[in-house]
Amino acid sequence: MDFIYSILGSLPFSWLEYDFMKNAFLAVLLITPLFGLLSTMVVSNRMAFFSDSLGHGAFTGLAIGAVVGIISPMQSLILFSVTFALLITWIKNKSSASTDTIIGVFSSTGIAVGLMMMSYGGGFNKFSNYLVGDVLSITHQELGSLLLVLIMVFVLWGIMFNKLLVLSINQSFARSRGIDVMLTEGIFAAMVAVVVAISIQWVGLLIINSLLVLPAAAARNVSNSVKQYHAVSIGSAMISGISGLILAYHFNMAAGATIVVISALIFFVTLLLKPRFVR
Amino acid sequence: MLKRLFRHTKGEGNDCSKLCCTKIENFTVKVGKLTIFEDVNIHVHCGQLTAVIGPNGAGKSTLLRAILGEISHTGTLKYADAKGKRTGKPIIGYVPQYLKFDVSAPITVLDLFSACRSRRPIWLLPSNIRSEVEESLKRVKAADLIDRRLGALSGGELQRVLLALALNPMPDILLLDEPVSGVDQNGLEIFYNILEDLQNNEDMAIILISHDLNMVARHADQVVLMNKGVVCSGTPEEVFRDSRTRKIFGMLTEGGVNHGGTGFVWVEHKKKKHQQGCGCPDCAATEEDGE
Repeated sequence: MDFIYSILGSLPFSWLEYDFMKNAFLAVLLITPLFGLLSTMVVSNRMAFFSDSLGHGAFTGLAIGAVVGIISPMQSLILFSVTFALLITWIKNKSSASTDTIIGVFSSTGIAVGLMMMSYGGGFNKFSNYLVGDVLSITHQELGSLLLVLIMVFVLWGIMFNKLLVLSINQSFARSRGIDVMLTEGIFAAMVAVVVAISIQWVGLLIINSLLVLPAAAARNVSNSVKQYHAVSIGSAMISGISGLILAYHFNMAAGATIVVISALIFFVTLLLKPRFVR
Repeated sequence: MLKRLFRHTKGEGNDCSKLCCTKIENFTVKVGKLTIFEDVNIHVHCGQLTAVIGPNGAGKSTLLRAILGEISHTGTLKYADAKGKRTGKPIIGYVPQYLKFDVSAPITVLDLFSACRSRRPIWLLPSNIRSEVEESLKRVKAADLIDRRLGALSGGELQRVLLALALNPMPDILLLDEPVSGVDQNGLEIFYNILEDLQNNEDMAIILISHDLNMVARHADQVVLMNKGVVCSGTPEEVFRDSRTRKIFGMLTEGGVNHGGTGFVWVEHKKKKHQQGCGCPDCAATEEDGE
């Protein structure tokens, strides 16, 4: 860790003088590729609404953790989010009601129960940093767990991406190619749930979903193949992450929001460039 | 004229001594209390094209999905290859009626093939099966489409790509669910030429759902008429002469206008006011006959 610090410290940037900025910079380097990667399939599978509901459900997870008190809020959050995601996937596959209705039901229940429990006894304020998030508050240990998640997601993505892609084209086509739809969808949903749960305290509930949608939405505008799609999505997530952090430092703004605004700008630029790229 | 068109008449016998064969026995599908179809028995040989015809809601697509194992059903699927050695689970290829997907998806034909055929993560590493994909696309006359985005393919091109995918790995049974609905005349021709090539050169049984009775008469070796079960089956000639076929389709036959040789006209078509040059195949045939 000291080694990485000394490398970062030797870089000729004034904003890297502070340790919290070094940590935040490393966090951005870990979080943004993760979101860029997951974003591709969130957009392809039309799961934008789903990932949004995970953020809402996270509130209930945190509240349960705070009330029960046996496990830490973080563990409770991860456990609850994964259960929440698998439940939505399962009911979506079993029920004939439309997906957005089911997700809507879960999403509103998740946030309502969470707010109810948190506001009990007037203790809501201590949770409010989950709404906006603060990447500058990240610690060493948390960076370590982020790295672990990043590696796990990349490995899983290597193993199961092809199936996920076929599934994203058409479900019954995937089934006819011998793909276990529910299993594949479940693993992906759980992956998104874990990433959302881990990063919500640094990114914030209000903007976490934009990070899961914007990079791939922008990439889709300018790519023709799966490889281009991934490269542009991860690239644009990282560029907006790093430049957002620097801008936020210099102008003293919320880092998460600045990152999202830059992602959105990239999206609009690619939208204009679309006719030049997509065949 | 009929004789010339009904040129596929092989495979009438029921013994499986020389050809590989697939027996669909007592297939029944029920959804809740609703019986989609029951007691379907179909016997197909390799090298044969079996056409399944019937009105909408007859259970044709459901039958294919039951054969695929996508829908729970009762009854058995028996398969035995030519030498009677390999029995059991056949490899099944399937081309859906219409693949609904997001046309803006950044996925090329090569991506689709690689994702289906290889375990190597296509977002990270270059495809290792490009030449293999080129070969299978060549077979369906689509080799130049390999780097095309899926959403940029025409209806006919997409169906050919899906057919190539269904032929990879080479299946024992190929299921085609109205594969060319909405495909133009040129695309139709290419598609049926490919089928003919498969029929003649590959050791596989083809089961095709079609509403295009002219094509069925021309290309099928066996026709199965379905309406919540098998109504009748046999050579195209036998089935089209059967009174039950006429009843179900409400067709005018021999005595009526002779269109392009099959001798049948959809009554529905007759009900609509057809105009000169409206372009429908039946009218086009009449006009030609008239001249």
